[in-house]
Amino acid sequence: MTDSQHPLYKFPGGLHLPGHKAMSTTRPIGKIFIPSQLVLPLQQHIGEPSEAIVKKGDSVLKGQVIAKASGYVSVPLHAPTSGTIVDIIDHAVPHPSGLSASSIILKPDYQDQWIELPAPENYLQMDPSALRNRIREAGIIGLGGAGFPSFIKLNPGAHTAIDELIINAAECEPYISCDDMLMRERAREIIGGIQIMQHALQARRCLIGIEDNKPEACEALQQALSQLNIDTIEVVRIPTIYPTGGEKQLIKVLTGKESPSHGLPLDIGVVCHNVATAATIFQAIMHGKPLISRIVTLTGNGVQQAGNHEVLIGTPIDEWIEHHGGYHASVEQLVMGGPMMGFTLSTDQLPIIKTSNCILALSRDETNTQQAAMPCIRCGACMDVCPVNLLPQQLYWQAFAREFDKIQDYHLFDCIECGCCSYVCPSEIPLVQFYRFAKTEIWAQERDKVKSDQARQRHEFRLERLEKEKKEREERMLKKKAALKAGKGKKEKDSKKEAIEAALARVREKQKQSSSESKNTDNLSAEQQQKINEIENRRQRSQANKNNAQGDSGTE
Amino acid sequence: MQFKKTTSPYLHNNTTLARVMRQVLMALVPGTLIYSYFFGWSIIINISIACLTALASEAIMLILRKRPLAPYLRDNSALLSAWLLALALPSIAPWWLIVIATLFAIVVAKHLYGGLGYNPFNPAMVGYVVVMISFPQYMTQWLIPHANLDFMQALQLTLTGELNPVITIDGITSATPIDSIKTGLSLNKNITEISASPLFGTLGGTAWEWIAGGFLIGGLWLIYIRVISWQIPTALLLSIAVFSGIFYLADPQHYIHPLFHLMSGGTILAAFFIATDPVSASTTPRGKIIYAVGIGIFTFIIRAWGGYPDGIAFAVLLMNMAVPTIDYYTQPRVFGAADK
Repeated sequence: MTDSQHPLYKFPGGLHLPGHKAMSTTRPIGKIFIPSQLVLPLQQHIGEPSEAIVKKGDSVLKGQVIAKASGYVSVPLHAPTSGTIVDIIDHAVPHPSGLSASSIILKPDYQDQWIELPAPENYLQMDPSALRNRIREAGIIGLGGAGFPSFIKLNPGAHTAIDELIINAAECEPYISCDDMLMRERAREIIGGIQIMQHALQARRCLIGIEDNKPEACEALQQALSQLNIDTIEVVRIPTIYPTGGEKQLIKVLTGKESPSHGLPLDIGVVCHNVATAATIFQAIMHGKPLISRIVTLTGNGVQQAGNHEVLIGTPIDEWIEHHGGYHASVEQLVMGGPMMGFTLSTDQLPIIKTSNCILALSRDETNTQQAAMPCIRCGACMDVCPVNLLPQQLYWQAFAREFDKIQDYHLFDCIECGCCSYVCPSEIPLVQFYRFAKTEIWAQERDKVKSDQARQRHEFRLERLEKEKKEREERMLKKKAALKAGKGKKEKDSKKEAIEAALARVREKQKQSSSESKNTDNLSAEQQQKINEIENRRQRSQANKNNAQGDSGTE
Repeated sequence: MQFKKTTSPYLHNNTTLARVMRQVLMALVPGTLIYSYFFGWSIIINISIACLTALASEAIMLILRKRPLAPYLRDNSALLSAWLLALALPSIAPWWLIVIATLFAIVVAKHLYGGLGYNPFNPAMVGYVVVMISFPQYMTQWLIPHANLDFMQALQLTLTGELNPVITIDGITSATPIDSIKTGLSLNKNITEISASPLFGTLGGTAWEWIAGGFLIGGLWLIYIRVISWQIPTALLLSIAVFSGIFYLADPQHYIHPLFHLMSGGTILAAFFIATDPVSASTTPRGKIIYAVGIGIFTFIIRAWGGYPDGIAFAVLLMNMAVPTIDYYTQPRVFGAADK
């Protein structure tokens, strides 16, 4: 229950970054406002996109399912407020690619009228699988950023024992403070959610990892724990070192265990969930409320008023920022997520989605005024800060030279793209960008390889088939020949001879028939017959003479 | 509203290459000042000649290679190579020797191999070795400490190779302590006899031990501010100490004590400033140790049995060649990877 005695471990590298968090934590979490329309992309999670079950013109209530899960790795989507479905179209979505995706457009009616919610249940009497199902039906995904459906991560499988449930409350990226504010204000919900998760996972012990730059949040959680008299959950203050909020890094710090390089935390008996996910699960199980809103940090010197707000999923960013005071004239870049791993948005006409934790409006003097990169001098500053113990200088060298085989010898795919290397590079080389490039190239090559492998397999299969057919034909011929050679007049041949003879016999029979049946020589009178006989006799005679003459001349 | 798109991260700690190089240059200042305290203006003149040559040749090579001038001239890397080279050459070396060595370092060893970041060999050591092989007679004559040449005399000596008739060159030069051990041993003297000469001080050579101390302070500061890592200096000094120590213990009349090896010649300068040149050194933590131990062994071998007075330059170049292989086989264990 207290954090004093818990042993802590270290992961390699890491950075002390300026926090910039205080600018957004001065005021309590702002209330929901209902914008003029909501844009709800069908894909807000990792996995299969949801499938729309409403159509244009439908009226929906707050909390009503508007898109159902399709496939296992998928969750449903709910209407964040009551209103009318205006359209289901491709709309620009917040994604690094800047592409559009199928989205439901909802026009609020400002009644904000709830659908009838399922009755609260006593989760302790629920079967873990039923519990997971409720969590899935509530559309809950990991709110830390990746957006993996939470119910899957609450399923340890039949044979895996969970030693620890780890709650990620590190929030290690600068500027972001939504989890911090959530913990300060809704600590009891978080603890309640964690208890539900513990039940689903049958995990006895839970560790909440929280960076020591959030004393208020830490205090709030500890107070809630002592009020509720819970001793299976422990709040652990950890040093503020970026990227300690990376799942595998946090697990290392709290337990000393390293998740296998290409495996899951589950492989070492650990499951890790974000702290905001816990609060959402509490709402879903205890109040039946689906995931229709989240807390988002609006910060950076590029906006007039930094702060945290509860935001309906689907709220357009431009309208939201306008509502909270608008931009500062010096705004230069808009980032979704943090300054180390977030991605820039080219426009603000995009919706807040379930995974949006922070909108960071960077002013001109805040953004990295990047000079043209200088050559790498292999100083190794990147290596010293890499939390995965990679050799970023060597990876860069191989990526630059497009040595995509060699770069994998240097464990490219263990890179978590945390940005530490780029942050310290004295040559200001955009290292992470090089690694992303190399990864994409390798994936493309692998796709091509799969395709060409399939084509080759098809081709080889065809050749094989042709070869087989040819062989069979040859075998038949060979057998035939062998039979011919070996058995002159033997059984097989006899049967053929018989067949031939039978055929000949049939022909003869036919001929006979045809001659017997032949027309005008049948049923002749005696007179006629006699004439014929005479003619035949003459013919025979003349024929005989002819033959004699020939024979005479022949003997001369 | 539309915004500029770039890729993460959007923050940087504002270090620059030029700043890193400048810090190394600053770390050279104490040793250089002590050097000129004992040996006069000559060393300052040499550093100036080398730096001017380096900047000029760097600029010409950048123009020929169609590279932008400003960022590369401002990165201080050519200055650093030139400065180190000038420190390694004898202080009374004629101006043209310094120019040739610097040209070789910048034009051939650096730019013909692809410029900053691409040179497999340490440019300063390439320049040094070229003049060492080509003009050995100039490489063995060093000024004696406190020769008391004024600035004009020092300048005259560097530019003309002569002094006014009052002072003869032979009167103010001698071999370095390391060199005199080699010569002495070949004349069948033992170490006690050789080190009785006033060239030898308490630990290393007279004056040289103080200069080494100056570079040691600068080098330790570089480790403290994390511009260089501890592995290379530590492993290099330890390996020289261990190997020379073994032979010293076995035969103290033919092998001088380890402290002399550490505090004379270019040992300290090489350990903190030359072997640590990141471009040509090994880059992995374990690799750096192997690389530095190799330099230490080769240095001792050449000093004890080789034909050249000091072996550090050759040792560095030899180990430079081994760097790609060392780096490949000394990758650190990746987080979460199974233990080897």
